[in-house]
Amino acid sequence: MVQSLPKVDAVVIGFGWTGAILAQELTDAGLNVLALERGIWRDTATDFSTTFAQDELRYRYRMELFQRPAHDTCTVRNDASQTALPMRRLGSFLPGSGVGGAGVHWNGQTWRDLPSDLTAKSHNIARYGKAALPPDMTIQDFGVTYAELEPCYDKFEYLCGISGQAGNINGAIQPGGDPFEGPRTRGYPNPPLDMPWAPTLFGQAATSLGYHPFPQPAANASRPYTNPLGVQMGPCTYCGFCEKFGCGNYSKASAQTTILPVLLAKPNFTLKTSCEVLRINLAADGKTATGVTYIDAAGSEFFQAADMVILCAYILHNVRLLLVSGIGKPYDPASGEGMIGKNYAYQIDSSVDVFYEDKILNPFVGAGALGLMISDFNGDNFDHSGLGFIGGGYIGVLQTGARPIETHPTPDGTPKWGGAWKKALAKSYLRCATVATQGAVMSYRGNYLDLDPTYRDAYGQPLLRMTFDFKDNEHKMSNYITARATEIAKAMGGREISVKPRTGSWSVVPYQSTHNTGGAIMGTNPNESALNKYQQSWDVANLFVMGATAFPQQSGYNPTGTLAALAYFSAQAITGQYLKATGKPLVQA
Amino acid sequence: MNPSARSWGVFSALALAAFALAASSQPQSPAPAPPSAAMIAEGRYLVEMGDCAGCHTRSQAPALSGGYPLNTPFGVIYSANITPDKDTGIGSWSEADFYRAMHSGRDDQKHNLYPAFPYTYFTRASRADVDAIRAYLMSRTPVRYTPPANRLPFPLTIRPLVGVWDWLYLKQGEFQPRSSQSAAWNRGAYIVNGLGHCAACHTPKTLLQGDKTNDALQGGTLDNWFAPDLNGDPRGGLATWTAADIAEFLKAGRNAHSSASGSMARVVAFSTSKMSDQDLAAVATYLKALPATRSARARPIDAAVINQGQAIYVDNCSGCHKMDGTGIPRFFPPLGGNTNVQAANPTTLTHIVLTGTIMPTTATRPTQLAMPAFAWKLNDNEIAAVASYIRNSWGNAAPAVSASQVGDLRGKVAAHPVRKPPSRV
Repeated sequence: MVQSLPKVDAVVIGFGWTGAILAQELTDAGLNVLALERGIWRDTATDFSTTFAQDELRYRYRMELFQRPAHDTCTVRNDASQTALPMRRLGSFLPGSGVGGAGVHWNGQTWRDLPSDLTAKSHNIARYGKAALPPDMTIQDFGVTYAELEPCYDKFEYLCGISGQAGNINGAIQPGGDPFEGPRTRGYPNPPLDMPWAPTLFGQAATSLGYHPFPQPAANASRPYTNPLGVQMGPCTYCGFCEKFGCGNYSKASAQTTILPVLLAKPNFTLKTSCEVLRINLAADGKTATGVTYIDAAGSEFFQAADMVILCAYILHNVRLLLVSGIGKPYDPASGEGMIGKNYAYQIDSSVDVFYEDKILNPFVGAGALGLMISDFNGDNFDHSGLGFIGGGYIGVLQTGARPIETHPTPDGTPKWGGAWKKALAKSYLRCATVATQGAVMSYRGNYLDLDPTYRDAYGQPLLRMTFDFKDNEHKMSNYITARATEIAKAMGGREISVKPRTGSWSVVPYQSTHNTGGAIMGTNPNESALNKYQQSWDVANLFVMGATAFPQQSGYNPTGTLAALAYFSAQAITGQYLKATGKPLVQA
Repeated sequence: MNPSARSWGVFSALALAAFALAASSQPQSPAPAPPSAAMIAEGRYLVEMGDCAGCHTRSQAPALSGGYPLNTPFGVIYSANITPDKDTGIGSWSEADFYRAMHSGRDDQKHNLYPAFPYTYFTRASRADVDAIRAYLMSRTPVRYTPPANRLPFPLTIRPLVGVWDWLYLKQGEFQPRSSQSAAWNRGAYIVNGLGHCAACHTPKTLLQGDKTNDALQGGTLDNWFAPDLNGDPRGGLATWTAADIAEFLKAGRNAHSSASGSMARVVAFSTSKMSDQDLAAVATYLKALPATRSARARPIDAAVINQGQAIYVDNCSGCHKMDGTGIPRFFPPLGGNTNVQAANPTTLTHIVLTGTIMPTTATRPTQLAMPAFAWKLNDNEIAAVASYIRNSWGNAAPAVSASQVGDLRGKVAAHPVRKPPSRV
């Protein structure tokens, strides 16, 4: 039996970064907000204590903070001719579970997209002509501009206490920053983290080649910081346990360390954990959400009525909930029609190791976003004429901690096991710097998400099916920036280098990054998007969908900065416009 | 149904509950003019100043409805229901009854109250303030609830015996301002020695749990914590704190020197953080005017202990508190010059290392920054060594902590459990 619960003004599904941001903004506007999180409660004091948080086996390899595939996973394949199989062990990406979501175990690399990233289609056509886009490429503009998002990027950066060096303040290029970034109205709230030796060597080499290195903008506080909500963050200790770990020092920005101390004290906010939403309920007309149906830890089902539904789960779960709830039209790759599941994208990485004979680099000193980067080959910061691809990526040395189980660099030609391997590893561990690239992935007709016809989750609902592969454009782009990374690596003065390009099809097995995007994309009209520029559903006007779900394609930058800025942009539209005429579209189709 | 229903001998719980509902909706017999909204608001402020809810609210229950167990050295005393329920609360108490309780420690029937209720301090409150407190309490929703019977051994169950205690320790009388002192000092003295009842924790006690008045506010032990010396002692006292530091601590639960832990974290969260800046400044003025007490009793510590303690400190503590003990003021307290660290009695320092501590959430500083528990990670010897090292480094000086002191406390405090990995999701 399903028990009905009294109506709330807004129900938030999923309580990670965007859920916390929307709940904070909507409760400030006086709304009565309920957040439903399928995972458990976690806080710094109890769960990420410095006395045990640095446990690589527990968190990285036994995956304590991540979604459990036995409960819910997705099926994967490279193209529609294959039969998708379930990902039974997390590999390529690591969705979070629990309060704070993946924002608990992220690295904290906090970027703004380039202005041209947000207008990828019109910008590239204007500069290179229609022929530069392959026929099956389905990129498009976000429908929102960098100038519109700037105050929202700024708000998130000050919430998180981002440590960095501005490159462009109101059009004035700043020394030491990224000269290619869009103009910002003010600098970062905190100075860059202290730079270790390996990134410094990269910076020197990149400068010698005429590039423009700058510190990675980091949600790892470089000094004690009190954010505009009055919430305190401790300074980063460079312990090297960010990615895949919770931070025990209150240094890495997360919902817990930036918003929750204020939000949880509000009388008009309620959080329920271990409550998984099974579907969004629609009125008979199919155009209005009436609330959500969820199941609690005891297996009891509830109908929670709400005037507004804010979908804030991880992108894969967002798309699955839309599909199982019958919202919008499922994407059909054959006809190209339907918007739910369209334009799934990812990223493409590669790296070049530099081995030194004499330099002890102490790679265990680290932070999630501690490094020097160049954006010279990101987005459209360089002339693509004659290159045969669009898009780009960043190149840099990031020193995230070289944790001992995960990190075993050895030069080319080293045996994979045995005494020679051990000897080489013992020598290389302290003497290796890795130049990494992270490249954009455009969207394509054949890369998409839909419901799997065979496999189901713990509640009997169909799993999400992911159909994805790297295309020619991405391989050409990655090869190009890997070649640039190799040139810089050679200039870093090591004994030898080892190039690790990304070749062949995408594989679900090796970890790359949790930068999945798309599936319910935003845009200017319902014929080419699921959401309007305020991330309001074109189909159900009292439904807003947050997160990288809305990205029409993925840029070379990490997605959190942009998805958080979009969340603030949406919250602003809800509190400023939508609440004055509830249930109405903010953009006329 | 009417009030005479009681005499009909209807004793079922259901009937009693129905009776309460009916009774509370009866029109009041000729009532005095209702108190003004301003008086009720002032009463609310004074109830927060007195931290009444701290003792009169049990876990998961309506505010001020009593039943909170107070663990005294003599036994468990349950706090009273001070909501205006006529049968189980103080709904039938007159202004005179309420003033008698606050001023003389006697209830509406003139029976002795146990001094777990701090009337020895509340007696300093003015009649106007006591009336305002009552006005606020009476303005609240009545809660029908009878606290459990106290668990005290004979002969302490004989209430009139408390009269003897009162003769020894109760000095009745409202606060009398001193014309030689500033208005701020007088207001501070009124709060500290009256409704604030600071001495309840911060003054050492006699065997009968009366105040050792000659040692007023020089620090006391309770509930496995040591409430520090509030006098001007340069090590364990407040000599190094400015008046602004004291006010900030009471407002935010943390300042450049320290953070609130143990019972004081609750006092800050529910009481002092809600006091006006003016009153906090007055409290600080009064405390800063207290005399410096005799100091420092440190003897040289065994070098082997210091070396062991330093090694443990570097591995476990220096990430937040820094290698040089300077910490991160207002985030992770500095240990050099810290009053809790150097208190003659090491209970608070040892307790914090064993169980960890969490700062209170306050309007100005909402973050509950925490220190983790080490009870599961360090043994008695190790905690004794690191505590002794901290108490005697960076200019600090205080007696060493022994492993047996740590062991005794370990047996008394519940260490925070380490959460196990979840089995699903």
